[in-house]
Amino acid sequence: MNGRAAIRSALLTLAVLAGDGMAGDADYRAIAGGTLRSVLPADGVASPAIVAPYLLRTRLVTNAEFSAFVQHTPEWRRGQVPALLAAPSYLSGWSGATDFKPLAADAPVVHVGWFAAQAYCASEGGRLPRWYEWEFAAAADDHRADARDDPAWLAHILGWYADAGKQPPHSVATGQANYYGIHDLHGLVWEWVEDYSGLFVNADSRASGDQKLLDYCGGAALSLADRRNYAVLMRLALLSAMDARQDGANLGFRCVREPAPHEQGPRP
Amino acid sequence: MKTQLKLVAAGLASAVLAMSHVTAATPSETALPTITQELLAPPLLPAPITRKTPAKVVVNLTVEEVEREIAPGSRYTFWTFGGTVPGKMIRVREGDTVELHLLNLPDNKLPHNIDLHAVTGPGGGAAQTLIAPGNEATFTFKALNPGLYVYHCATAPVGMHVANGMYGMILVEPKEGMTPVDREYYVMQGDFYTNGAYRAPGLQGFDMQKAIDEKPTYVVFNGADGALTGANALTAKANEKVRMYFGVGGPNITSSFHVIGAIFDRVYTEGGNHYQENVQTTMVPAGGSTIVEFTPRVPGNLTLVDHSLTRAFNKGAIGLMAVSGPDRPEIYSKGIKKPLAGAVAAAPAAAKPAAAAKPAPVVADRAQQLRGKAVYDSNCSACHQPDGKGVAGVFPPLANSDFFQQRPYEMAHIVLNGRNGEIVVNGEHYNGVMPPQDLSDDDIAAVINYVGVELNKGTPAVTPAQVRDMRKSRQP
Repeated sequence: MNGRAAIRSALLTLAVLAGDGMAGDADYRAIAGGTLRSVLPADGVASPAIVAPYLLRTRLVTNAEFSAFVQHTPEWRRGQVPALLAAPSYLSGWSGATDFKPLAADAPVVHVGWFAAQAYCASEGGRLPRWYEWEFAAAADDHRADARDDPAWLAHILGWYADAGKQPPHSVATGQANYYGIHDLHGLVWEWVEDYSGLFVNADSRASGDQKLLDYCGGAALSLADRRNYAVLMRLALLSAMDARQDGANLGFRCVREPAPHEQGPRP
Repeated sequence: MKTQLKLVAAGLASAVLAMSHVTAATPSETALPTITQELLAPPLLPAPITRKTPAKVVVNLTVEEVEREIAPGSRYTFWTFGGTVPGKMIRVREGDTVELHLLNLPDNKLPHNIDLHAVTGPGGGAAQTLIAPGNEATFTFKALNPGLYVYHCATAPVGMHVANGMYGMILVEPKEGMTPVDREYYVMQGDFYTNGAYRAPGLQGFDMQKAIDEKPTYVVFNGADGALTGANALTAKANEKVRMYFGVGGPNITSSFHVIGAIFDRVYTEGGNHYQENVQTTMVPAGGSTIVEFTPRVPGNLTLVDHSLTRAFNKGAIGLMAVSGPDRPEIYSKGIKKPLAGAVAAAPAAAKPAAAAKPAPVVADRAQQLRGKAVYDSNCSACHQPDGKGVAGVFPPLANSDFFQQRPYEMAHIVLNGRNGEIVVNGEHYNGVMPPQDLSDDDIAAVINYVGVELNKGTPAVTPAQVRDMRKSRQP
């Protein structure tokens, strides 16, 4: 624990030194974690997932923040990043290598692949959230830690899909934060998770025959729990369609940090 | 950390694979001529295949997420194969090798894939074609079995992808070919679940609960209420042999497919090899198909319906085929109707009280006329037509209608309560069902006065207060 904390603070220091304090501006909230009734059961059948305490970034990473990052780390600029780590569409909405115009400074950065997102989070002394961490925080509405049994709320978050998404996403944090103080977990963009390519694993691969069942209509019904939460299931489908270097016009990210012992956060 | 290393390794491996992916075709493949599939918007489909030998058929299918009307004034975000619902039809020959390119446009929002029921192998291509926006997947299969097969998106939650319009059909013609016909059409039925009621105005979202309960707001042919009526009606000439490739995309509702005024000479049940003859109504499962053949003999409109009839009358499952040609009274007569002897005396008496109760003159302002037009366009025009001329023999005219001019008050009653059974308008007999319209008192008065003034050169005749009284006097 101490070793990891030391590395983390070292990374953080580096990032702060390199980035004129940009990393320090990001607001993270402690979430205590606990057991989670996930759409992806931990054992592939019914077991709840256990989520360890974590600090979650309250806002999605914005164009301005990502621009500051690439200004200080030229190897992540468009045109300089190796093709192995980013698709040709990387930051394709930007007018220049560090200039996000005509997009809004406070809109979430999109067209960023997994490698770039992970590198950004490392610059803030963190990493991408794991699926269970994202899902744990995203189960909350504005006053309940877990609103997923409320059909009205499920219908509300599903409403995002009625919009065909042809416009760039609007500014972050325009609405109310959720129970944990986190903004935009629903209704703005898709989000990368650290373990996106390790999802959908059925514990007994011999029995099911296939690891990645989400592609199939019937197979998905076998391996997924909570099949009423379409808004969240679609996020899994999107992530399972991705390769790490790919990006998307509606795909952004936020970061997490490992908490110090005094930052355990409230339990729901 | 371990995960990250693994991912980097995976990324490297896939990149190496991508670079070394040289198209090394097998000898048998190189021998095949390559044909690019022509894609047409339904109800059209590619021309029959005249080839007698196998080919490699390249299909470029583009996934497009588009917002458009599901009914007049009511909009919906459709997810489509090729920009249409149903998706563009693929037409190949038994034994062909199909190279399918699925393109998910960069400005789409969702991941999609395709499962073709014509494929022999797990998932029907779903796993090979799952792609996020901005990507293209290629999948090759051999069309081993002839028949008419549904294809659809199979990305979770699959019911929602299909409910938003992601289905189409692939026809695999048998090696020996198909008997020639004069006309071919491509029609698919689908059920849609919107937040608002049937024909509620504005942009409608997908209603998950209605979908899970299998209670659709719309059941329609070719992706919209009115996609095959009015100017979009199918056409044929009398004595032409018509073949219709009919499928049900679903996701949930099966079809009791029937064409009013025609008998199917042949039905290739479930899209397979064998046909039944002389069929009135054929059952088509969700994710299934049928091929029907019939020959209209007389002029007029044939009406395509799901004969589970409230879907036809209340949810949009109706289409038309306008048949032209000379009258054939020996096959189909005009008919003669006259009142029963006992009813002749009673009829005028019944009509009198309405005439006696002289209503005060009704005034309609400009706003009411505009409202009336809007109500007409979104509630009446699909059947009675935008110009109010109706459809001969099916939907009575509202423009220059003797019935309307004589009985506007009764017209309001019909709009409010619906009407069932025979009615004579301008000397023509009609015998159908009009469902009650879920409209406010103001809207009913507005639409009656709009039809009265604009389509019948009359004066406003009904007030909202009269409609309110009419509503109160309804039987519970």
